[in-house]
Amino acid sequence: MSTVATNQQTGFVGKASNYLDERTSISGAVKEFGRKIFPDHWSFLLGEVALYSFVIILLSGSFLTFFFQASMDVVTYTGSYVPLKGIEMSAAMSSTLDISFDLRGGLLMRQIHHWAALLFVAAIGLHMLRVFFTGAFRKPRELNWSIGFVLFVLAMAEGFTGYSLPDDLLSGNGLRIIDGMVNAVPVVGTWITFLLFGGEFPGSDIVGRLYTLHILLLPAILLIFIVLHLMFVIIHKHTQYPGPGKTENNVVGFPILPVYAAKAGGFFFIVFGVVALMASLVTINPIWVYGPYDPSPVSAGTQPDWYIGFADGALRLIPPHLETVWLGYVWSWNILIPILILLVFLAAVFAYPFIEAWVTGDKREHHLLDRPRNAPARTAIGAAGVTFYAVLWAAASSDIIATHFKVTMEGVINTLQILLILGPIIAFAVTKRVCLALQKKDRTMALHGFETGRIVRMPGGEYIEVHQQLDEYDRWKLVSFNDNAPLMLRPNPKGKITGGMRARARLSRWFFEDRIAPVTPTEHALELEQSHH
Amino acid sequence: MAKNESGPADIVPASGHERSTDVVLGTAVVSPDAFPDPGLPPHRLRVVDTDPKAAKKAERVVYALFYLSIVGSVFAVFAYMFFALDPNDLNSVRLNNLYIGLGITLSLLAIGIAAVHWGKAVMADHESVDERHPTRGSEETRARAIEIFKEADAESGFSRRSLIRNGLIASLVAFPLPAIALFRGLAPMDVDPNNELKHTMWEKGLRLTRDPSGLPIKASDLTIGSAFQVIPEGLADLPPHERLDAKAKAAVILVRMKPEELNWTSAERESWSYQGIVAYSKICTHVGCPVALYEQQTHHLLCPCHQSQFDLENECKVIFGPAARPLPQLPITVDSEGYLVAARGFDQPVGPSFWERLN
Repeated sequence: MSTVATNQQTGFVGKASNYLDERTSISGAVKEFGRKIFPDHWSFLLGEVALYSFVIILLSGSFLTFFFQASMDVVTYTGSYVPLKGIEMSAAMSSTLDISFDLRGGLLMRQIHHWAALLFVAAIGLHMLRVFFTGAFRKPRELNWSIGFVLFVLAMAEGFTGYSLPDDLLSGNGLRIIDGMVNAVPVVGTWITFLLFGGEFPGSDIVGRLYTLHILLLPAILLIFIVLHLMFVIIHKHTQYPGPGKTENNVVGFPILPVYAAKAGGFFFIVFGVVALMASLVTINPIWVYGPYDPSPVSAGTQPDWYIGFADGALRLIPPHLETVWLGYVWSWNILIPILILLVFLAAVFAYPFIEAWVTGDKREHHLLDRPRNAPARTAIGAAGVTFYAVLWAAASSDIIATHFKVTMEGVINTLQILLILGPIIAFAVTKRVCLALQKKDRTMALHGFETGRIVRMPGGEYIEVHQQLDEYDRWKLVSFNDNAPLMLRPNPKGKITGGMRARARLSRWFFEDRIAPVTPTEHALELEQSHH
Repeated sequence: MAKNESGPADIVPASGHERSTDVVLGTAVVSPDAFPDPGLPPHRLRVVDTDPKAAKKAERVVYALFYLSIVGSVFAVFAYMFFALDPNDLNSVRLNNLYIGLGITLSLLAIGIAAVHWGKAVMADHESVDERHPTRGSEETRARAIEIFKEADAESGFSRRSLIRNGLIASLVAFPLPAIALFRGLAPMDVDPNNELKHTMWEKGLRLTRDPSGLPIKASDLTIGSAFQVIPEGLADLPPHERLDAKAKAAVILVRMKPEELNWTSAERESWSYQGIVAYSKICTHVGCPVALYEQQTHHLLCPCHQSQFDLENECKVIFGPAARPLPQLPITVDSEGYLVAARGFDQPVGPSFWERLN
């Protein structure tokens, strides 16, 4: 007990800390993490927004479970919303209406829950774009990218299952579309929908089943993956943007205690506050306008929640009549092709870090982020992917675009069909050129400095503008990157060149044949010398 | 690739002069001729570091915001009490939502902004530096890990006793099978989905009735250009659950046009209509949304979900959108009292395609 005696345990805090530590060994954790450094940048907040929205969803969702009845038993609505009084509907719909109209603050919690869910997926998407465009997915973080990808898919699944729970007209039609899509799956489709819906569509089981997924299974898996995701952030330490004094071997920023705790903790309340503000001022998912689910009516201009838009858009863009009968069975290409396109797109997102690692063959750890312009091919691929997604997304609103801009529906669809193929190609080419142009500009700046606007007349009558050299910190930002050169195809130790090697060489040429090298001190010295003559 | 084993040297500074030869760079070009890192720029003082007045003000702002947050929380509780919900006044829902929400917003935003401001303007502003270490364990740790696995393998005989090991793997593969079987119970055991999907309520002599009232329709009720949502006679009287299941297949759209506007591929198809009145399944052949929009001028039916368009003049063939097949037609005629009835059921399954649709 001599060690205890040496500790100062004056006052309540000291005694309480000692009590805890003697039972939990928590002082080790405080020593390890208390002054851990996190780098600062606004773009690092996107992941935080995602995490905080999830917490908000858990809090508001737990409240809603106390009042929501996940049952498709048919009841007659007797609540306060007059237009639906006396109408038959499921208990799910009726209880959702009661939460909205007969529970003080109930509508607010519903709207907080829904807005936070929309924000959750949006923040994950933006966070993924940040990670992609800065190359934060490179070694050693490839696996954390995969975990993040799973979180993205789970978030969409959570969104869709939650969206379907109130059993209103809109969500019912959403389920009908899922039913129709799954039916198209060869061999097992019919049986999968039969099992999913507990018989025929719509049946009386689906809401209860989705509820179990929505509040138990999916959140539990989400939570596990979030913990894994954050664990890796701690193991790897956060990436940082390049800059003077920042290297691959350090991390520059502020300690968790106290600065980061205050800023990140405060940011949680800001995110929560903004969601609460949206929920107070802006209606979301007014199910009372749609009414209870009925398989026969549907309103014009139906829209899924935003994150399902790209899938719905894919369904809309496929040309007519794509269905064949082969061996006596139906092959619904009009649904299978869109599903396949979506799966390939998602698989490409999942696999990109591994593909790039294979192409570059770079085995170093990377903790300094790339400026997007310094990785032109990657940035261009990202822009192409964003364009592809955006076209699919726009297609989900084809009818709204047509009515708002007074153009034909057919015109909108046909334009988007063309854009879906041409758009990514154009985006790739333009983005790559823009990146290279920006790199050239960086080179010029690093070599010649910036224009001062001061015009000097030389003794010979020539006018020149005086350039001011950058200081070493600003210059460092422009010159401190590694570029990549295409692989040279060389035989392996067995003296052979395999197909895989050829593919890799071709890909690396596609990635890196247009390259702009950073300014070197030799070049810079030469330039300075020349400018003095 | 062998160089990948080189341990800590895997990490190379971006400028990379010192250790660049020890690692696998791949396509990266690390030039020995690179600028030196100038190191962290000189620390810039904040206004609060130099001006005691500004520091005092920042402190005041932080605690004022924390107390403002309490005002927001209390306001939200009062709003809960005083903006009650009045069943006779829908506007009360709006006010309840608005004022509780604004109170909570104030309470949250004030805490958030106060804490962030505290962190940025009041707390010490020293940037610090942490060292990074390679993610992989040290050579010693890795060697010990491999040794542990070897010891465990030797002690258990996992590699050596292949019968035991294979038995373990096989049993682990087999043990989830009962769980999969259990999930068959998700849907009724005695029902074949194929059979269900291929049959609707419609059969010979069943009257066409209005949705949702269930009142029968006379041919004379329909003027040219009008359209009705139709359900089979008796559907409205089914118990609630069976009603939706039945309606999801049996919903029909009934339209009257001038007989000369209708083009038929055969005399038999023409006989499925009655004096220019035609009935088609309302369930889209794409993914099953109701084809709810009827364009009176063009005689097109349009599905609002994915914009498939069907041409009523030509047996509801697909003229645009993702659908592959025409809407199935319900053959109709009139009974002795002049009411519209089905001449027989649909000649094919309605709604979206499914694998066994033609079997």
